[in-house]
Amino acid sequence: MSKHHNPHKLLLISFLLLCNAQAYSAPFIPASDSVVLEQLPFKASDPTTRELRRLRADLSANPRNLDKAVTLAQRYFQLAMADGDPRFIGYAQAALAPWWELDKPPVAVLVQRATLRQYSHQFTSALADLQQVIRLEPRNGTAWSLLAAINMVQAEYATARQDCENLRGLASKLIVVACIATVDSLNGKAGQAYLSLQETYASSTTIPANEKLWVLTRLAEMSDRLGYADKADTYFQAALKLNIPDAYLLAVYAEFLLDEKRYSEVITLLKGRERSDILLLRLALAEKALNAPRAAEHQEVIRSRFDAARMRGDKLHIQDEARFYLYFLNNPQEALRLAQENWLGQHEPSDARILMAAALAAKDRAAAQPALDWLAQSRIEDRHLEKLLKAIQGMKS
Amino acid sequence: MMRILITLLLLMLANTAYAHKPSDSYLILNIEGATVNGQWDIALRDLDFAIGLDGNGDGEITWGELRARHDAIAAYALPRLRIQTEGVVCPTHASTHLVDNHSDGAYAVLRFVAECNKPPSTVELNYSLLFDVDPQHKGLLRLEYKGTTTTAIFSPDKSTQHFELAEVSRLRQFLDYAKEGVWHIWIGFDHILFLLSLLLPAVLYRSKKHWEAVASFHPALIDVLKIVTAFTLAHSITLTLATLGVVTLPTRLVESAIAASVVLSALNNVFPLFEGKRWMVAFAFGLIHGFGFASVLADLGLPQDALLLALVGFNLGVEGGQLAIVSVFLPLAYYLRDTLFYRRIILIAGSILIMMLASVWLVERVFSLKLLGF
Repeated sequence: MSKHHNPHKLLLISFLLLCNAQAYSAPFIPASDSVVLEQLPFKASDPTTRELRRLRADLSANPRNLDKAVTLAQRYFQLAMADGDPRFIGYAQAALAPWWELDKPPVAVLVQRATLRQYSHQFTSALADLQQVIRLEPRNGTAWSLLAAINMVQAEYATARQDCENLRGLASKLIVVACIATVDSLNGKAGQAYLSLQETYASSTTIPANEKLWVLTRLAEMSDRLGYADKADTYFQAALKLNIPDAYLLAVYAEFLLDEKRYSEVITLLKGRERSDILLLRLALAEKALNAPRAAEHQEVIRSRFDAARMRGDKLHIQDEARFYLYFLNNPQEALRLAQENWLGQHEPSDARILMAAALAAKDRAAAQPALDWLAQSRIEDRHLEKLLKAIQGMKS
Repeated sequence: MMRILITLLLLMLANTAYAHKPSDSYLILNIEGATVNGQWDIALRDLDFAIGLDGNGDGEITWGELRARHDAIAAYALPRLRIQTEGVVCPTHASTHLVDNHSDGAYAVLRFVAECNKPPSTVELNYSLLFDVDPQHKGLLRLEYKGTTTTAIFSPDKSTQHFELAEVSRLRQFLDYAKEGVWHIWIGFDHILFLLSLLLPAVLYRSKKHWEAVASFHPALIDVLKIVTAFTLAHSITLTLATLGVVTLPTRLVESAIAASVVLSALNNVFPLFEGKRWMVAFAFGLIHGFGFASVLADLGLPQDALLLALVGFNLGVEGGQLAIVSVFLPLAYYLRDTLFYRRIILIAGSILIMMLASVWLVERVFSLKLLGF
């Protein structure tokens, strides 16, 4: 009797496989009327839905009413911030349609247009709009604060600081101090900036909730960069307790927890947030570290989201895509290419971080140079970047 | 005022909070003669925002609610896509409604037909879906005509686009696909290694516990012919079946099975699993490899009206490439068959290396990882 495996069995198995093969194509007809296909962001009975419906109806009856249009656009923008859903940005833009293409629209529209444009990383046109606003209304606090924000992203720290100074008398003392402190913390005066903001916050009374959220988030980020992990955690937790939905807060707290290797907390924090690409990536990073059951599934979803974005020609996500290539696909070369492309448009600590990490993984010391130059020029104090810097300097060139 | 200020300040560094995907629709237009067959995937979120879908207002859209709005969806969407050939509008009518899931949620799939008055040589498309309520919406078009695919993106700035429909020579198409066939077997390391693993012992025979060189070329040639023919037959069968849509298998299963086949065929050279019947193994696993080729061919885009042409061209290309590899391998192997170098290093050590490599592939493909750069 032959001890060798029977090759006939192999033939049989292959035929069985063929017979049981199911053809599957993508579009389908659901099995029954009760199958749920999609969850909407809000129920019809939700106060937000009612409010939006009212504002929308109001506006379509009077599409050229500036106040109504700006109100609706602002409301949509707030929703985009809370949820991270860019469809709301599109809706906001549609509300401003009668003025959107004008070179010199009313100031209220200019401010909104700049807000929406900076959200889509169209920094140059956003800055142009804001410069116009400042010329027409030198005391427009919203414009100054937006200018500060954009200049910070582009690492124009001296200009950003001046923009913050221009807020004196237009915003609360706390906001002015916070604005200046944020710039300073990226510009070599982190310790001082942190103390001054902490003090001002502690000594301020009756702070509106939104202001609190903003200040606490800044304090958390500053303490994280300075290495005060416990304090950072306290600030993050306090910000979360305010119960103001904010996609950005969730994203940065998740980053912090990932750095601290507190992976299960990331999973708890971001549960149910898979619709947001940013949050999904952070969730997947935690799941990967823990070998959680949904890690592979989420990885596939992320990949298809990036493919979808590429199909539509969007490049807003490349920072995260670089991280995806580096940490999920083990492809440091592609990660580096994306990180370099990302660096062309923005110079924030997270941009430097991925550029340096990718350059390190790809063993390409020269590629990290722009980040290193920025580190030297800005004199930023950030413990994560310092660690990467040491690693890069230790590389054989 | 202050609150607005703060909310805006919250923007600071919030660029990274840019999240979900903005609104897209996926439009496929297939032009056959004077008829345009269309499939338009539109997000349920977008349809709900534009015309309302949530009948009972509970925040969920069910198939029942969607079905009730099918006419309204067609009435909303189709007028916002104008298909014109040589200045004449081609009237559209909806045919079926289905559903599909894309990366960011569920979409209504609207299939429709446009009848033009004659087969077009140019087509002009005007797309205006959702732009009035969401100017960030984009229409992602795939236009198929005689085997060629063109893609385009519609946005408010580019809502009208022209397309020239080129005639592609049959010979050119055939040669293109044949070239692709050759290329894909050249870069198909898994296919090559599978074949080579089975062919390595062709110039040898097992005597007691060692490999001995065959005395003459004839048995080696016969062995190679049997294996190559079996492999070719098998993968041609499944390549054809899969390409014609008769049978489909999930990619992950196919790719994993291919890797497994390489492991087994290499293993056989170290511990004999199926002696003397390697052609059967070549046939059995060749069936699986054929599915692998089919997915490559599908990715290249298949012209519905020249399907056979593409299939035969691609398959011949694969055979040609294969033949080239084998005709280099066989004389070399025959020449070296007596040497210990061939019988120990190339056969045994080589097979072990192949096994290791294929095992890594197997792990990568089963668990969707990337451990190697190739």
